[in-house]
Amino acid sequence: MRRRFGQISTGVYLLAMLGFIYLPVVILVLFSFQRGMLPVPPFEGPSLEWYERAFANPRLMAALGNSVIVALSSAFAATLLGFLAAYSLARRPPRFAGSVRFFLMAPITVSYLIIGLGLLVVFNMVGMSKSLLAVGIGHTIINLPLCFAIIYSQFGDHHRNMDQAAHDLGAGDLQVIWRIAVPIMRPAIFAAFCLAATLSWDEFIIALLLSRFEVTLPVMIFELLRAGLSPEVNAAGTIVFAISMSTVAVAAIAMLIWRGGKR
Amino acid sequence: MNEVLVELKNITKRYGPVTAVEGIDLSIRRGEFLVLLGPSGSGKTTILSILGGFTQPTEGTVMIEGKDVTQMPPAQRPTVTVFQDYALFPHMTVEGNVAFGLEMRGIGRAERHRLAEQALATVGLAGYGARRIHELSGGQRQRVALARAIVVEPAVLLLDEPLGALDLKIRQQMQDELVRLQKTLHATFVHVTHDQEEAMSIADNVVLVNGGKIEDYGPPERVYLRPATLFAATFMGDSNILSGRVVSAGGGSLRVDTPIGQMALAGQAEPGSDVHISIRPEKIQVGPASIDRAASNTGHDGGAVLLGEGEVTELVFQGTHRRCRLKAGPDGGTELLARVPLDLDLAVGSRARLGTRVGDLVLLRN
Repeated sequence: MRRRFGQISTGVYLLAMLGFIYLPVVILVLFSFQRGMLPVPPFEGPSLEWYERAFANPRLMAALGNSVIVALSSAFAATLLGFLAAYSLARRPPRFAGSVRFFLMAPITVSYLIIGLGLLVVFNMVGMSKSLLAVGIGHTIINLPLCFAIIYSQFGDHHRNMDQAAHDLGAGDLQVIWRIAVPIMRPAIFAAFCLAATLSWDEFIIALLLSRFEVTLPVMIFELLRAGLSPEVNAAGTIVFAISMSTVAVAAIAMLIWRGGKR
Repeated sequence: MNEVLVELKNITKRYGPVTAVEGIDLSIRRGEFLVLLGPSGSGKTTILSILGGFTQPTEGTVMIEGKDVTQMPPAQRPTVTVFQDYALFPHMTVEGNVAFGLEMRGIGRAERHRLAEQALATVGLAGYGARRIHELSGGQRQRVALARAIVVEPAVLLLDEPLGALDLKIRQQMQDELVRLQKTLHATFVHVTHDQEEAMSIADNVVLVNGGKIEDYGPPERVYLRPATLFAATFMGDSNILSGRVVSAGGGSLRVDTPIGQMALAGQAEPGSDVHISIRPEKIQVGPASIDRAASNTGHDGGAVLLGEGEVTELVFQGTHRRCRLKAGPDGGTELLARVPLDLDLAVGSRARLGTRVGDLVLLRN
């Protein structure tokens, strides 16, 4: 009897927690299918008219394209730099490896607002205007610590022997990186890339501070919101959410396949 | 066979205040199967790593084929190392692994394929080229690692405890195959192990390493039968160690007082100094019959040495013989280990006469 009660209360607690986390997203998605002018109850759907509207909105589509470009290129840059930093710290640790690790990871504790402001000042000083490139640099900075941490955590000592074996058989440094380290670290590299792309795709504050004419999707949604609530904003938000979730799903499936292949 | 291929001259390696190896001098001849034997932490792997170029010695020089290679990185040395964990590349096929060194040397695809197939056939893995590494058993991975190393025809093949991860049965089989491989290729192998039986069954010469120094060097039979030091006598198999004091010396022979009697043996030491004498268990003869046989044997090893009587405290059946522990000496204070034949009439608690031959007493250097 007591156990039964325990199971029921655990279930209720779980449902309440999931509701707390997901209800706002569910409501957002639900009212993107609203038939009518306002995304508020009662629900009078379903309808795809707001998606049609969203996909026909050239500013929204331009922002979506910008977001894709920024996400992919900043994720690529952050993964590349993170990999190189992790490789050198794992394989040829310099004298102050601990400090280097600390300074690589430290930006993770600084708020995006502060990083954005700092970049704004610096770009101003060097005469670089607000642009997608500036946003991409900002996203590279915030994602580098994560990419570094993910890849560094996967470098093990047994990989060290593989690198040494390759050197021993006559491979140069670049050949060892490209032929041995990168393929072996592929799952970690891919995971880091997907995570960085997702975070950049969702990021708002830095994108808002550092862009002017060409904006990313979150910034565009913010601008649409200023004109008032509309199911079109819900539709745009749903698109952002769906693409984030798909990226995470692709990463998870790829990891499962790679892990399965090794056994 | 007599040409010196590798020379280590006065090699010392320190890590901060810790000395890993000190003052190592070692020559390796072409075509030799040399085994570096020692307990873990003895420095044997450091010596191998210095040979391979993965570790820079603090002092000393490494010469290979007459050239000073001390500062040369592993890639440029005529050595290839087979790592303890094999360090195979998991994302490549078996052939991709074996051909890797050839590819790095710029050898064309067709030739790579031919040489890789040939190397795989040599290690008994013909037709395995397309397999993935994770599909192979431990013994097969070991063979791939060997094939990957021999295919580039190194002047010296360095093996870092390559059989450590294998089951006993496969390990013994691989020992035989290593020797066969080394003899067919006329190659020079340097093999590191902590397993003295493995060392004895494969080595042309054993280098016994302890505490960063060479304790003994020579053919396994010599090192086993006439160990140079106390460590060599105890590390290579079982041994009875008697401590004694030299009472007289001269003409290359000594008389030594031990707890189980005075004995004469070959060797040099100052009268009055403390020495250790080693006797292998199988060299101790137990019972009246054996003593007579020993007494009748008057080869160049000299005559019998009587070790007095002993009381049997333990008898353990070992298949081909019984392991026998005895208390010997006037007060029964010296424990001896012997091997006795199965048909000898002995029981725990019975007394037996003990003997050996002069030639089986080995004076140990301290």
